[in-house]
Amino acid sequence: MPDATGLELIAQDLRASHPDAVLGTTFFREEATLEVAPARLLDAATQLHARGYSFLASCHGVDYYPAEPRLGVHYQLLDMPNVDRICLKARVGVEDPHVPSLCELWPGANHPEREVYDMFGVVFDGHPDLRRILMPEDYEGHPQRRDFPVGGEPVIFTYNEDKIPGWTR
Amino acid sequence: MELTREKLGGADDLRIRQLRARDMLRGDISDEELERYVEERVLTTTLDKAVAWARGNSLFPATFGLACCAIEMMSVVGARLDIARFGFEAFRASPRQADLLILSGRVSIKMAPVVRRIYDQMLEPRWAIAMGACCSSMGVFNNYALVPADKFMPIDVHVPGCPPRPEALMHGILKLRAKIQGDPPAGWRERYEAFGTEEVVGAADRPGVNAVNVFQSGETSGA
Repeated sequence: MPDATGLELIAQDLRASHPDAVLGTTFFREEATLEVAPARLLDAATQLHARGYSFLASCHGVDYYPAEPRLGVHYQLLDMPNVDRICLKARVGVEDPHVPSLCELWPGANHPEREVYDMFGVVFDGHPDLRRILMPEDYEGHPQRRDFPVGGEPVIFTYNEDKIPGWTR
Repeated sequence: MELTREKLGGADDLRIRQLRARDMLRGDISDEELERYVEERVLTTTLDKAVAWARGNSLFPATFGLACCAIEMMSVVGARLDIARFGFEAFRASPRQADLLILSGRVSIKMAPVVRRIYDQMLEPRWAIAMGACCSSMGVFNNYALVPADKFMPIDVHVPGCPPRPEALMHGILKLRAKIQGDPPAGWRERYEAFGTEEVVGAADRPGVNAVNVFQSGETSGA
């Protein structure tokens, strides 16, 4: 991990090239997180990639409900020669959840981004094949959002099998 | 200790029976004697009962595992429990050859059409066992992703457990055998509205009740 100072230096470099890119930095329990504006995600990632964080270890979504903006996309980057990690984070609201795709930079982001799209409904602009990956294609809603009902069907027992729709009804 | 040797039955008895068999084949015995001869040697039953007996004792399960329950299903075939004792060991790799679908694990919404298709590809008569909590009541995965098996296909036996012990699955299969042997139609007459084909049609208000080839539920044979 970069230490707190290292994180600030990275943020400063990013601010120098893209003044509106950095929204904040967090250094919590030895984990450096760089929060960037969604529109500047690709620029920030490109810069970090050039800096040595050239391996995309993980990409996942978060729902911060009830905080706003609600949705977040996290990219865990790894600098393999220096064994250094940093988290790149972008937050978007549910009304217009658009984030640039990082597939150009890391082709391996393809499936994780599809999963984030599937589960949280974040739309990745520029993604080559943005379809649902886990849920059926005709599924409605994004099940990992906090306001999505946990669901669960009523359990069919002998006493209520006439009342619950089953295979024959 | 003194050993004595005795002939079983005795040579004369065997000779008499041989001669009677010869007479029988020649057509030389008749009437009461013939009647007794036949009674001693012939068992009568209905065709449905005989077929059900055979079906129940040789189920071919489909080789189809969904999740962790499948491991327990495999161990049922292994040496310790050895389902071959009952004649269910021939797991068929094609649904066309199988007549028992053991839903061993959770069925997700995306998997449900696949499972249903496999079930549809199996030939009648076919049975299905919902093994484990997930495909009966969705168990700990009672959320957006899963669907209980009863929603999209008929299930004959539910085996509870998470996962069920192999003994429990065995018990479930033996229950299914009892069901097959005791109630051979398994609802197909109702499903296809195939009334009027009974060998003996019963009372008008209760079709098929006295029919020869229609079994009352609860009537079991053997199991």
